[in-house]
Amino acid sequence: MFTQWFKNRWMLLISVLLSLHAHAEITWNFPTPATPMAEDTLHVHNKFMLIVMVIFLVVLGIMIYSIYNHRKSKGFKAAKFDGPSNKSQLIWTLVPFAILLYIDFILMGIPAYHSVVAMEDTKTNADMVIKVTGSQWRWQYEYMDGDAQGLKFVSNLKTSEDEIYNKTDKNPQYLLDVDNHLVLPVDKKVRVLLTSTDVIHNWWVPAFGAARDAIPGFLRETWVKIDKPGVYRGQCKELCGKGHGFMPVVVEAVPEADYKVWVEAQKVKLAAAAEGANKEWSKDELVAKGKEVYAKNCQVCHQANGKGLPPAFPSLVDSAIVKGKIFDEQGKLLKDSHLDRVLNGKGVMPAWKSVLNDVEIAAVVTYERVDFGGMSDTLQPAQVKALR
Amino acid sequence: MSSQATVHHDHHDDHHPTGIMRWLTTTNHKDIGTMYLVFSLIMFLLGGIMILGVRAELFQPGLQLVKPEFFNQLIGVHALIMIFAALMPAATGFANWMLPLQIGAPDMALPRLNNWGFWLLPPAAILLTLPFTLALFGIGDGAIATGWTFYAPLSVQGGIGVDFAIFAVHLLGVSSVLGSINVIVTILNMRAPGMTLMKMPMFAWSWLVTAFLLIATIPVLAGAVTMLLTDRHFGTHFFDAAGGGDPILFQHLFWFFGHPEVYIVLLPVWGFMPQILQTFSRKPMYGYKAQVYSLWAIGILALVVWAHHFFTVGMPVPALLYFMYSTMSISLPLAVLFFCWIATIWKGSLTFETPMLFAIGWIVLFGIGGLTGLVLADVAADAQYHHTYFVVAHFHYTLFAGGIMGIMAGVYYWLPKMTGHMFSERLGKLHFWLTAISFNLTFIPQFFLGLAGMPRRIPDYALQFAEFNMISSCAAFVLGLSQLIFVYNIISCVRGGKKATNKVWEGAEGLEWTLSSPPPYHSFTEQPVVK
Ligand code: HEC
Ligand code: HEM
Ligand SMILES: [Cu+2]
Ligand SMILES: [Cu+2]
Repeated sequence: MFTQWFKNRWMLLISVLLSLHAHAEITWNFPTPATPMAEDTLHVHNKFMLIVMVIFLVVLGIMIYSIYNHRKSKGFKAAKFDGPSNKSQLIWTLVPFAILLYIDFILMGIPAYHSVVAMEDTKTNADMVIKVTGSQWRWQYEYMDGDAQGLKFVSNLKTSEDEIYNKTDKNPQYLLDVDNHLVLPVDKKVRVLLTSTDVIHNWWVPAFGAARDAIPGFLRETWVKIDKPGVYRGQCKELCGKGHGFMPVVVEAVPEADYKVWVEAQKVKLAAAAEGANKEWSKDELVAKGKEVYAKNCQVCHQANGKGLPPAFPSLVDSAIVKGKIFDEQGKLLKDSHLDRVLNGKGVMPAWKSVLNDVEIAAVVTYERVDFGGMSDTLQPAQVKALR
Repeated sequence: MSSQATVHHDHHDDHHPTGIMRWLTTTNHKDIGTMYLVFSLIMFLLGGIMILGVRAELFQPGLQLVKPEFFNQLIGVHALIMIFAALMPAATGFANWMLPLQIGAPDMALPRLNNWGFWLLPPAAILLTLPFTLALFGIGDGAIATGWTFYAPLSVQGGIGVDFAIFAVHLLGVSSVLGSINVIVTILNMRAPGMTLMKMPMFAWSWLVTAFLLIATIPVLAGAVTMLLTDRHFGTHFFDAAGGGDPILFQHLFWFFGHPEVYIVLLPVWGFMPQILQTFSRKPMYGYKAQVYSLWAIGILALVVWAHHFFTVGMPVPALLYFMYSTMSISLPLAVLFFCWIATIWKGSLTFETPMLFAIGWIVLFGIGGLTGLVLADVAADAQYHHTYFVVAHFHYTLFAGGIMGIMAGVYYWLPKMTGHMFSERLGKLHFWLTAISFNLTFIPQFFLGLAGMPRRIPDYALQFAEFNMISSCAAFVLGLSQLIFVYNIISCVRGGKKATNKVWEGAEGLEWTLSSPPPYHSFTEQPVVK
């Protein structure tokens, strides 16, 4: 089996090496910038890289010259100096340092100063504000002002387990695709506030040149002003646990008119969802919906079969909590009940209160009770709504 | 005092215990140095095997061999082992072996402390790796999975692996501080008559700075991980905003240690490297004083630039500017060192035995590490580089090329002195070329991966990164396998080979080359006098 594995890899390697030239998508530098900040970063990067490469080549050249000419095998006799021996030599040795000083603090230092100031200026002329919340292992987006105020949704990885475990072909946006992406208008300065609900994450889209940590309990900020419509992809880049490689950032930039249309559509959807919370759901409806919610949100830790990965992630199958009562006689939510755990979390178990809506929470709890707990009662969205 | 000690020991030479007890109880600086070096080599291979597991997983997109949880454990333990159990012990091993020889002392100043310093290491290594084994028996969920940086709150959330790693770090820290005290006392008190500070070998100077840095920073690391431990188990909230703490505080504390740490592992190499260059150039070391001052300048600057490791957490503009410019300013003393190293070979009468090959390769590759570091200091561009493979490539140019390949130069340089035999030049050269070439093939693609946008510490990646990862993985296996040549060469050199002369290398200078090869069990029975 192993030899076969190696043989396959060999073939693959050879074909890859042959195709290295032909591949268009291989990039040797930063992706094409889409914001002023990325533009600036690329510019700074190219300039500095050029400078250090010149330094490197000059020094390498000197070394090669020396290695080639000053060898014993050529009969070269060693000189005896151990430092600059006269004034003019001393001055000559200082020249490289003067150049380096100039490069460090003038040539590189001054543009760097301006870049830093521009990068940190999130507020001047900002047109809108969004909030990005990192959670293990998904992003949540919320629009803080303007037409879209109050709009908020969760953005999950869309790549299937089968793709990850090589059971089917990988689609071209492998690991870089989400169910709901962030939509932003072009040519607007967007102030991005960041925070987290659990550990530190980092929201990063290479084409924006903006990367900023999302820190639990604190707000951090950055900004983007996208100049071309398009879909931009990035990833979390702060180690945040086992799903760190699986929480992409996808942003679609659209012209302002399209953005307005999108916002309206979202609002209609939101209203429909709120409507759903008022109606009475059947058990089958809830279980079907719950299964979806579970696969998207809970499966990473509790596994598809509900058995979890003890001791880190407990099994839900026949768990006392899953089977237990949710409300006491007075209809108050019991502490450490199934619903309490899902709404408020505990330790590594995330709080879902602000991530999932009433229907989703009611559905996933019902699904777990029925499929893993062997119960037959339902939890209605209205009951969840009443607790908010 | 030291001459008394020598007289005393002379009578007891044959009485020291044999077998395992000899190694457990030894207070002899060469025995202890040897143990450090052997330990380091074993851990280097272990850390290497772990990361080859990682590179095999990263060979192509998709998860094939390891689960993400295990992947995270492998990279973190790989780094902790490479830094704390391979590089640092190698440097301490050389300090033990060579400092007394170079400064004309019979032994280290505090021999029992020395023994203890070493014997704390194996338990620490066991603590680090034990959770892997425990997990096999269903206890806990494996080793520390936070990367080597322990960032809270991820580490507060982590399993027992974190606790094991915290205790391992404590042991390693105590060991380093003990070693440092010993080095300082030895250097300041036991030099041969006539050897003023400004006549000391560069290696002694560099270790003095290293020891100073260790003593200044290890306690901060110990404090940070202890706070982490109490956050994990005793309800404190140092790093938890909900209790009035701050996760970023952890990063400040960690990197106050972590940045100097990179100099701690490199400084000893900067010490002996000029000696190697001088030997094979048959020419005096260039700019001795300038080098000594630069070592101190770097040592001190190292303590005040720590926040460049987390520019992207969000800091006030003045702080960003301060940490950027102070980081850039390190390039000046570092450039002085590079200048002196190159000026040492300039117009020398060069030969290229294995140690010299490694030394020259080391200047070039470490140069790449230094120059990319300069670029990383730029806050704006760092937002892009940070936590991508660009950084991974950068720090392997400093740690693998600048650290490990430097240590290898030292091994080849002193091996004949230590064993009394010459090693195989042919294998040594083969080892060098294979290492240098496969190292570059492993890590140059990673620069491009980083620029293209591949984050580090991910077990699986998007399709556009496939080609470079594949090249990098293949080269990494060549790199790993090449190290077996090194091991073979060392073992056969210990076993036998052409007898080495006292001087070993034609151009060698310094007290260690006046003793026989191998040196007598008690180095200088009579103190040499330095003019
Ligand atoms: C990040 C991993 C993670 C995710 C995602 C996650 N859980 Fe959990 N869950 C946990 C952990 C860890 C616990 C144990 C908490 C404790 O008791 O400390 C837990 C406990 C629970 C429990 C109580 C089980 C018991 O017997 O203690 C329920 C019920 C539960 N989770 C439901 C869910 C639901 C529903 C979702 C999705 C909406 C979900 N979890 C998503 C990690 C997770
Ligand atoms: C065979 C040689 C080596 C190879 C192929 C190798 C490769 C790697 C890889 C692939 C990573 C993971 C990067 C990531 O996902 O973030 C890594 C991490 C690391 N390596 Fe190495 N490495 C080697 C030797 C070394 C040496 C000698 C050192 C130091 C002395 C070292 C220090 C580190 C550090 C500090 C990390 C960071 C781990 C973390 O993210 O916490 N490596 N290495
Ligand atoms: Cu992450
Ligand atoms: Cu640093």
